[in-house]
Amino acid sequence: MKRHLSLSAFLFFCSVIPTHGGEFDAARHRMVEEVLSDAAGTSSYSGRAAFSPNVIASMDKVERHLFVPADLASSAYLNRPLPIGYGQTISQPYIVALMTEVMRIGAGDKVLEIGTGSGYQAAVLAEITKSVYSIEIIKPLGEQAGERLKTLGYRNVETRVGDGYYGWPEAAPFDAIIVTAAVSHVPPPLIKQLKPGGRIVIPLGTQFMTQYLMLVEKQQDGSVRTRQILPVRFVPLTGGH
Amino acid sequence: MQRPPFIAIGLLSVCVLAYEVLLTRLFSIVLWHHFAYMIISAAMLGYGASGTALNLLKEKIARHFGMVYVMAAAALAVLMPGAFLLAQQVPFDPLELLWDKTQPGKLFAVYLLMMLPFFCGGLGIGLIFTHFGKQSSRIYACDILGAGIGSLGVIVVVFLLPPNRVLNGLTALAMLAAAIAVIELKIRTKWLMELFIGMALLAIVLPGMQVHPSPYKDLSQALNIVGAKVVEERNSPLGQVTVVENNRVPLRDAPGMSLNATMEPPPQLGVFVDGNGPSALTKFDGSLAPLAYLDQLTSALPYHVLGSDEPATLESARVLVLGAGAGSDVLQALYHGSKDIDAVELDRNIIDLVSQRFRNFSGNLYSLPGVRVYITEARGFVNTSRERYDLIQVALLDSFGAASAGLYGLSENYLYTVEALQTFLSRLSPDGMLAVTRWLTLPPRDALKLFATAISALERGGVTDPAAHLVMIRGWKTVTLLVKSGAFTPGEITAIKEFCRERSFDLAYYPGMRADEANRYNLLEQPAFFDGAVALLGPQRQGFIDQYKFYIEPATDDRPHFFRFFKWDAAEELFALREQGGMALLDWSYPLLVATLVQAIAASVLLILAPLALSRCRNTLPGIPAAMYFLFIGFAFMFMEIAFIQKFVLFLSHPLYAVAVVLCAFLTFAAAGSWIAGRWQAVNKVTLAVIALGAISLLYLAILPGLFQALIHLPDEVRILISVALIAPLAMCMGVPYPTGMTRLANMSEQAIPWAWAINGFASVVGAVLATLLAIHLGFAAVILLAIMIYGLAALALRGFA
Repeated sequence: MKRHLSLSAFLFFCSVIPTHGGEFDAARHRMVEEVLSDAAGTSSYSGRAAFSPNVIASMDKVERHLFVPADLASSAYLNRPLPIGYGQTISQPYIVALMTEVMRIGAGDKVLEIGTGSGYQAAVLAEITKSVYSIEIIKPLGEQAGERLKTLGYRNVETRVGDGYYGWPEAAPFDAIIVTAAVSHVPPPLIKQLKPGGRIVIPLGTQFMTQYLMLVEKQQDGSVRTRQILPVRFVPLTGGH
Repeated sequence: MQRPPFIAIGLLSVCVLAYEVLLTRLFSIVLWHHFAYMIISAAMLGYGASGTALNLLKEKIARHFGMVYVMAAAALAVLMPGAFLLAQQVPFDPLELLWDKTQPGKLFAVYLLMMLPFFCGGLGIGLIFTHFGKQSSRIYACDILGAGIGSLGVIVVVFLLPPNRVLNGLTALAMLAAAIAVIELKIRTKWLMELFIGMALLAIVLPGMQVHPSPYKDLSQALNIVGAKVVEERNSPLGQVTVVENNRVPLRDAPGMSLNATMEPPPQLGVFVDGNGPSALTKFDGSLAPLAYLDQLTSALPYHVLGSDEPATLESARVLVLGAGAGSDVLQALYHGSKDIDAVELDRNIIDLVSQRFRNFSGNLYSLPGVRVYITEARGFVNTSRERYDLIQVALLDSFGAASAGLYGLSENYLYTVEALQTFLSRLSPDGMLAVTRWLTLPPRDALKLFATAISALERGGVTDPAAHLVMIRGWKTVTLLVKSGAFTPGEITAIKEFCRERSFDLAYYPGMRADEANRYNLLEQPAFFDGAVALLGPQRQGFIDQYKFYIEPATDDRPHFFRFFKWDAAEELFALREQGGMALLDWSYPLLVATLVQAIAASVLLILAPLALSRCRNTLPGIPAAMYFLFIGFAFMFMEIAFIQKFVLFLSHPLYAVAVVLCAFLTFAAAGSWIAGRWQAVNKVTLAVIALGAISLLYLAILPGLFQALIHLPDEVRILISVALIAPLAMCMGVPYPTGMTRLANMSEQAIPWAWAINGFASVVGAVLATLLAIHLGFAAVILLAIMIYGLAALALRGFA
């Protein structure tokens, strides 16, 4: 709680000091504060009272308005998903933070992302960890995202356009994998490319609406265990049942 | 005296009604099918607004009557594709409705655009009635004949042509109507006729307009993937079937495959219906080994239960697959050794793809020894079948995305109702079982509703201990429910446990299950599926259903909205939690319906009532009884029509058939009723008509379920004829009140007629949407009863101004 308060104070402080980028920066700090306050409800999943400082710092640093179509830049720091063309969306910041949190990645980890989209999630990961590999199945989206990440100086992100089913064998094994592309099943090659103790996160639902997160944890003996995480604290039953 | 343009008016009516039905088809492709109620409402709005315009401008129009009529027909021709083209440019996205404040405005724009062609059609037809008042009965006959041909004819044409070509055809037809009107009305500007004929020819030769499905539909998403291409497209009223091939990024459909599995599905083609799906058309060369992935799905469970006590029973087991589609479930049965499989699929186009166009790819699946395919409606088939099945497998045909986003919240589904499950259970062998697989939703919705529905079906079938007949398991993405004729045996329970253990699927319920056996592999915060199943089997079932924040009351044929989980209380809470991911749990289809209702009220006030109130007519308001009368009969008519459309979806197997047939029958026979009313001299004919329609409706409420069950197996044409015959007497009675009221009013205060027209129009526009909303909450029977009561009130109101 103490850390939560000090972090909030820090963010508030950031938001009142004019920085480069002015209004976008202030809006981003506000967005992060919102995400932070939403996090309290998810402590039972993440095992922490709030999102980790590195997740929050990353969310506060990555300029989301550079990852959305220019005409939506003014909405970039609302805590909502936005369309990015080709029937795809950039996820809601709160969901991005939650997915990043439950991946529990460390500074030296190697992360694979299936479904680059706008490149925002890859950028958030790249602020935390040393290397991110990202594959996009929709050619123009993948190319744009690759270009964008390069322009923004994310040298630790490698992107590729193509089929994510077989992962990225040359770079395997990974400490964490995130699958934001729609999948009917978890591709067995991805489980194979995950290190023991590693985690796969898959948001399930439709564009604009993440129903729940699926978390796959690979045990030391190679077996897998899964958890399903409802992003929202919503108890479906009232009364005494 | 000029002769009315009988041919032109008939053609105009053909166009308007065909367009109304065609739009439901087009909207199914672009968005989703339950926009039908919005289209009916937009059509009514167009008619109502044209009535107001005619009343206000009649003197000005009278001078140029012929030219205005011809121009209205030509404008209809242009606007039918034009309005749809413009509506496609509006970036309306229902999925963003709750996120984006601009979406309701965009929805309103689409609604107003779709109203425009109907405004022109209504203007043309109304103009003829006003101008040739004395010959109105013959005009009416042409109008109604055209409407009947249009609404049913378009169904036949959609079998032959893609919907965008049909739209061109309708444009050509409306242009032809304008050209013929030039002759019939003896308009001197002859070049106009040549122009219209030229434009009609142009519409025929021009390519069909591009119909762009929403980018969020499954097909659009699949086509964005590098390497995807459409290899086949077929159309019928049941849907546009599109086959997508992708050799670079294959489909690999194995919904919810166990994480312990290491295999990859064989090559597959994606089959989309109206852009939804895909279901997989899997490559099959007779070798079963590549199908091993089908044993790693929760839906494989029944095959392990069937063979558990006596392995030989699996081979001799009779299997019925309902909704066989492109054949995945049939392959699954073959993989598990079944030698006797009946596959039922409604859409002939899909069967033809498997059996003809892709016969080599599919291994001509449906012609293999032991496999029989039936192209018919699932419930009708089961109802009339004399066979006893060891397994009835209800295929999972809707897509995960559509189901999880609540896209079907408003649509009827007659496969998951208590009556449907009862019918299926009645066709099982003594040890047979019914298996239903659904997508997993969290917190549990589909699974618990299905479980509750199965309990009700068992109880209604006389089973005293439903708990002994039910098993439910869950994977990480799917849930499978087994309902057995007899009680599950210990050997079967062991097989179920073993099946789940090997695949890391969780037991959600089996008879005698302990709480600590739940929630072992795929961990949830709470064992919500087990807890829910136990609560539903316990004495507090109704309390649990009432207190559950999603609507999980069993679906019935009277309230077949299986996918409605929306409750107002929960919606409020979820909306407040929208930024923490709560929005995803809100079905958007329900708020969309409410938004449509609000806009229907706003638009009809704005376009039908307000212009009158602001004109010289403000002084000619009818008395309260007359105003109430026309309001009541407008609402009651629409309630009846919408409730019967939805009710006939079961009997006619598809929403489009239901819309076309029921609309056609209501229009035709209501017109006949009006005609009779004009010649019928009884003083209290409205009261008599209301009593008759009340009696007929009550009779139908009592006998239709049984009648549908008994006749549902008949061919399409026969069922259409039966539907028309059933609606005829009811619609005839419903045709009496409107003209009778109008005659009364004309005798009392003729100036108030525009108001009567407008108030009735308002009620029709709003009633179309309100009826859908009420049906979801109260059921069709209640909507019909409500309509009878409102008719009763109308009969009383009529006394007030008699």
